[in-house]
Amino acid sequence: MDPSRKRRIRLTVALTAALLLASALVYTSFSAGEDVVTTSQLLKQAKPGETYILGGTVVSDQHDGSVLMFRVRDPKLDESVPIRYKGLVPDPFAVGRGILVTVQDQGGQFVGQPGSLTTKCPSKFQDANAKAA
Amino acid sequence: MATVGHALLILGLVVAVYGVAASLYGVRTGQRAWVDSGRRSMYAIAGVMTFAFLIIEVAFLRSDFSYNIVASASSTTTPTFYKAAAVWSTQQGSLLLWVWLLSLWSSLALFLTRRRVREIVPYATAILLGFCSFFTMLTILFANPFSTSANPPAEGAGLDPLLRHTTMMIHPPMVYTGYTMLTIPFAFALGALITGRLSAEWIQVTRRFALAAWLCLGIGVLLGARWSYTELGWGGYWAWDPVENAALMPWLLSTAFLHSIMIQEKRGMLKVWNVSLILATGTMAIIGTFLVRSGILSSIHAFVSDPTLNISFVVLIAVMIIASVSLVVYRRAELRSESQLDSLLSREAVFLIQNLVLVALTAVIFWLTFFPLISEAVTGQEQSIGPPTFRPFVVPLALVIVLLSGIGPIIAWRRVTVANLRRNFAFPTAAAVVAAVLLLTAVSGVGGHTFALLMFCFGTFALAAVAQEFWRGVRARRAMTHEAAPIALFSLVRRNRRRYGGYTVHAGLAVLLIGVAGSSTFQHQRYATMKPGQSANIDGYNIRYVRSTAVPSAQKISFGAVLDVTKGGHHVTTLRTSYGIYPSQDPSLGVVGRFFNSNSVESRIGLDAGPFHDIWTVVNAADVPPLQPYITEGDAKFASLLTAISKLPPSAQSSQLSTLFALRDRLITELTQRFVTHPWPVQFLLIVSPLVSWLWFGGIIVAFGGLIALWPIPVLARRRVRSAAYAARLARDLA
Repeated sequence: MDPSRKRRIRLTVALTAALLLASALVYTSFSAGEDVVTTSQLLKQAKPGETYILGGTVVSDQHDGSVLMFRVRDPKLDESVPIRYKGLVPDPFAVGRGILVTVQDQGGQFVGQPGSLTTKCPSKFQDANAKAA
Repeated sequence: MATVGHALLILGLVVAVYGVAASLYGVRTGQRAWVDSGRRSMYAIAGVMTFAFLIIEVAFLRSDFSYNIVASASSTTTPTFYKAAAVWSTQQGSLLLWVWLLSLWSSLALFLTRRRVREIVPYATAILLGFCSFFTMLTILFANPFSTSANPPAEGAGLDPLLRHTTMMIHPPMVYTGYTMLTIPFAFALGALITGRLSAEWIQVTRRFALAAWLCLGIGVLLGARWSYTELGWGGYWAWDPVENAALMPWLLSTAFLHSIMIQEKRGMLKVWNVSLILATGTMAIIGTFLVRSGILSSIHAFVSDPTLNISFVVLIAVMIIASVSLVVYRRAELRSESQLDSLLSREAVFLIQNLVLVALTAVIFWLTFFPLISEAVTGQEQSIGPPTFRPFVVPLALVIVLLSGIGPIIAWRRVTVANLRRNFAFPTAAAVVAAVLLLTAVSGVGGHTFALLMFCFGTFALAAVAQEFWRGVRARRAMTHEAAPIALFSLVRRNRRRYGGYTVHAGLAVLLIGVAGSSTFQHQRYATMKPGQSANIDGYNIRYVRSTAVPSAQKISFGAVLDVTKGGHHVTTLRTSYGIYPSQDPSLGVVGRFFNSNSVESRIGLDAGPFHDIWTVVNAADVPPLQPYITEGDAKFASLLTAISKLPPSAQSSQLSTLFALRDRLITELTQRFVTHPWPVQFLLIVSPLVSWLWFGGIIVAFGGLIALWPIPVLARRRVRSAAYAARLARDLA
């Protein structure tokens, strides 16, 4: 086969593979991605039984037996929602730190799903603490 | 000294800017003295930054809380080792570390190349000094480590307990060494493009730095994973977090680069690819730093987002991309390959496919890492994606990489023949088939996990291929020298460090990925709330909570648990896990409450690591409800006593306060001991993971292989190589 034709075929195959991979990636990420809602969005959108990924800053926390009660605030607005969470709490969890938690609207109360609570990497807190102080 | 430190930063910036100007002026006018002066500027910056770093280190060691970063990240009770390492736990300290390491490695690179690639070096010097200027400017304007407070606190906040881990203290300098070293080949590649000196010479002078960067970045990533596994209390080692990905992406690209440069050196091919790859790697190293330090991705690893810092980084990254793309396009004619790919069944083709897979893997990780930002830009709503989205793309690509890491060392250059296939592939293929049969017959449940089974087989193939190459090399050497096998092996590796170091890396990677496949596919985990005497079952193991422990100390209160693990009635191991609470500095929590209700906590995992499985547990003793009434009562009583003491004459206050604090300490000890005398139920996370140790062992093999490849070749062998290269060049010229 003519070498230049061979090269063209190889290039076409490689580009097609890249295009397919890229399309699959874009499609999968958009279909698998879950909306991260802020406190204010959660208060507006929440429907009983639905789950949401809530992102925000912890403004208060209190242990009640094995249940952790905490409030999450919208980073931009002065609105907060109470969350009831039962499950392993990551060590970096603390007031003033940013978290993500999957919550379910259970008749007006937001209940965190066990194991869904994640917090920021502790090595990056220093400035957050300094500024919060 | 803070003023001196700040002055040193300004001096560093001035010298860096001067160095850029001197280098460029020298190369434009052809005056060597200016070029040399530019290079010496880098040495001067290295000296200045070393001094600045020492000042801040001494401030940490002396607990000088007049420095704001010392007050925020250290305390008098912080152990000395962690005091020294607490510098880079802060934004300001880590940026200073970046500049310091950059100036050190750049000085080394410029020193080693002072008589080589003379046309390229001035531009490379200017670019490296440009990076120094940028990061020094950031420390001066936005993250000054020498900022002080007029009213320093008596005690600092202390280092975050989670960072008090040996690996975490080495991990940041390792990753930063990797990032900063990657800017060196980047600078030389840009210099080569500017001057049009596009032979493999710039690659030869910077290859060792690319390799060292790859090694350090790899070690850094592995240490980060180890810290996550043993310290963070979630039982995993990789979460596809933006910060983890930030270090992995340049590592993957540099892996591709280290392979593809062999093709350029050997056959004069892939010039555009190589130069683009290293430019992308250098840019990715800066993007990595940006991700870690800026807080642009406000998901799990969100930090305080500083818009000014972000804009500065975006401008730098944009300049790097524009300069890289423009120069590659401008020089595209001179970057044409000197030869063509003869066959898809050749080592060059395997390297090329491996490169494409590594770049595709990086692209996937890049897209998914930045997806929250992309989705917000496209749909107006930020979206979150977790590890399950990564797996369908990453797992197949990782499988291909492992398979190619086995094929690469045994396939012939240029074109493969049937004889070559039979000779080189028979043993590794047979080993992979045997592994598959053994796994399917001896291990139940493997057949249902296709990807894991394939990874085990491909890993076996790669290990067998590498073993075969070592065996053949030793056999050939023994035939020539009649050395004993161990000496022949040592001599073989010593004389072909790059080749056999690379093979060792391939073997380590196979072991590592077998560990990843095993531990991620066949892991069992469950939560169990237990009181002493109760037990829980997991994966055939019975885990009994034997007794609770409590240790109050000046540093922290530690609630622990001792667990007995049995299988089939036989004792397997004893696990000890604890939950430490560090006292809070917040007076609003109360005199007693600040010791129990602090947010500064740290879990110590209980781990029994073995060659085939790890038994892992962590206790969560965050809630202390049975103690809360006593704490509240204690806080109220101590508050009223403190008020009463404050009304006494100053001379009487001191003795009363000492008595009061002694009482407080006794109360804390007694309350803590109630966890032993009246234990309440606590929650445990129990995990049984197979083959986790293979991951760490594989990582050590990879690092060892990298060190072999990096180690300088003996002087005699170097002379022989130079003579051979000279003879080859002479022969080419005469022809």
